[in-house]
Amino acid sequence: MDKTDEQLLETIADLHSVPEGSFNIRKNGKLLARNTNTDIEIVSKADKDGIDIIVKPGVKNKSVHIPVLLTVGDFHDLVYNDFYIGENADVTIIAGCGIHNDTCGDSVHDGVHTFYLGKNAKVRYVEKHVGTGNGTGKKEFMPITKIFLKERSVFTMESTQLGGVTYTNRKTLATVGKGAQLIVKEKILTDGSEKAITDFKVNLRGKSSRADIVSRSVARGKSEQCFYSNMIGKNECFGHVECDGIVLDTARIISVPKIDAVSPEASLVHEAAVGKIAGEQLLKLMSLGLSEQEAEDAVIQGFLN
Amino acid sequence: MLELKNVWYTVKDETSGKKQDILKDVNLTFDQGAITVITGPNGSGKSTLIKMLMGFARPTSGKIIFNGEDITGMSITDRARKGFTIAFQQPVRFKGITVKKLLELSSGKKLDTDAMCECLSAVGLCARNYIDRSVDGTLSGGELKRIELASAVAKGGEVYLLDEPEAGIDLWSFEDLVKIFNRLHDKTVIIVSHQQRILETADKIILFENDKLISAGRREEIFEKLSRNQPLCWRIAQEI
Repeated sequence: MDKTDEQLLETIADLHSVPEGSFNIRKNGKLLARNTNTDIEIVSKADKDGIDIIVKPGVKNKSVHIPVLLTVGDFHDLVYNDFYIGENADVTIIAGCGIHNDTCGDSVHDGVHTFYLGKNAKVRYVEKHVGTGNGTGKKEFMPITKIFLKERSVFTMESTQLGGVTYTNRKTLATVGKGAQLIVKEKILTDGSEKAITDFKVNLRGKSSRADIVSRSVARGKSEQCFYSNMIGKNECFGHVECDGIVLDTARIISVPKIDAVSPEASLVHEAAVGKIAGEQLLKLMSLGLSEQEAEDAVIQGFLN
Repeated sequence: MLELKNVWYTVKDETSGKKQDILKDVNLTFDQGAITVITGPNGSGKSTLIKMLMGFARPTSGKIIFNGEDITGMSITDRARKGFTIAFQQPVRFKGITVKKLLELSSGKKLDTDAMCECLSAVGLCARNYIDRSVDGTLSGGELKRIELASAVAKGGEVYLLDEPEAGIDLWSFEDLVKIFNRLHDKTVIIVSHQQRILETADKIILFENDKLISAGRREEIFEKLSRNQPLCWRIAQEI
């Protein structure tokens, strides 16, 4: 592991050294390091590239790190990771991918993650994406996350795109069962000519199921972001989608939230607000002694906090 | 000492295109160690004056002098760094900025729990319940107003500009407000208010009506006439 790897790992997974517990670090399509134990087992797939992460029923307060590093150009990494979370388990999964590309060839990571949560299981899934390097080659991510939630399970997804990513098309599909809950907190920062697409499809299938999706995005330079969501209420359920965006310079944010109350018992809400930083926010912070640029940075930092 | 010399503020009416004077030839002096309350009917230019002192608006003509220095063209940031502190009439909301972060931005340094407790207890709030909350619509109007005042306390300064500090604050909290004014007794404090109890705290009262300064003088001089017949106070003021 070199210095670039260490920096990427620190950024995407807050890792300063080899983590405790189960982990799987993948670099340029190959396994770099792995630790597996009886509570959280990590097994390579036999038929395709990827791993199965099996969390035993009842395992609580444990974490698993599965970061991916790409440090070469002309490389397309496609990986399938399946997560089987046992009943009553409560775990944190730190994923994320960092691309460092100093070449003129494109570097692409496609991660297809599928989560199966058993009854009463709880998962906090933290996913960060970042791009670094001075090459002209693109740094692209195409993550697909599929989530299946059984009775009373709770899945919290914290998804962050930190910048430097040329293009992303992030798809998240969830089926929420009886009394189960999906919580998504998404933060995306784009600059320059970057483009980020995020697309949610949530099926609130079970009685008393809930979903709360909050997306905050900041688009700078001439970057472009598109937010799509389709929330379908098929039972007595509650769903909330919120997309807030700040646009700076000549950037653009498109928000297309769709809600579909198939069942008359479904209660679905969407909110969307896109615009510049409010002038009064800048005035307030400047009246505290901040320069205009410092005020803008403070608003953005808080917004993406 | 803060002085306004022949200050005019004129805007163009967007629909009619006609020029409209918001402030007409205002001459005023604000002394250090004194509380000045500016009062008058809605639309008489009180808030504009406060905003002009903070640098949010520039006079069309005239000068603003602070301790002998002409600050008319000085930026908001520079005025803030010089010791000008404002509490907004309508507190600004921020998605994601916590009370703790706002107080730290206000004071310009990291604050420990004791320091935050001092700022928030001054406005009748318990730090433990508020520091991690966002300064957004999840707080009530009264809570936001108190946090706005706490932000002014945390910033500190030499000239305090408080635009209707009592608005949205329940009556029992007036005592807290008066305590804050007492803490600032050695500063230049300029308050816009309609409230009799705030007027009672003033060393000096300034009356505005229809873009004009009607009268300025010691509280005893003006307050007595205003309190004698409140509904007619503006008419009385014109007779002063």
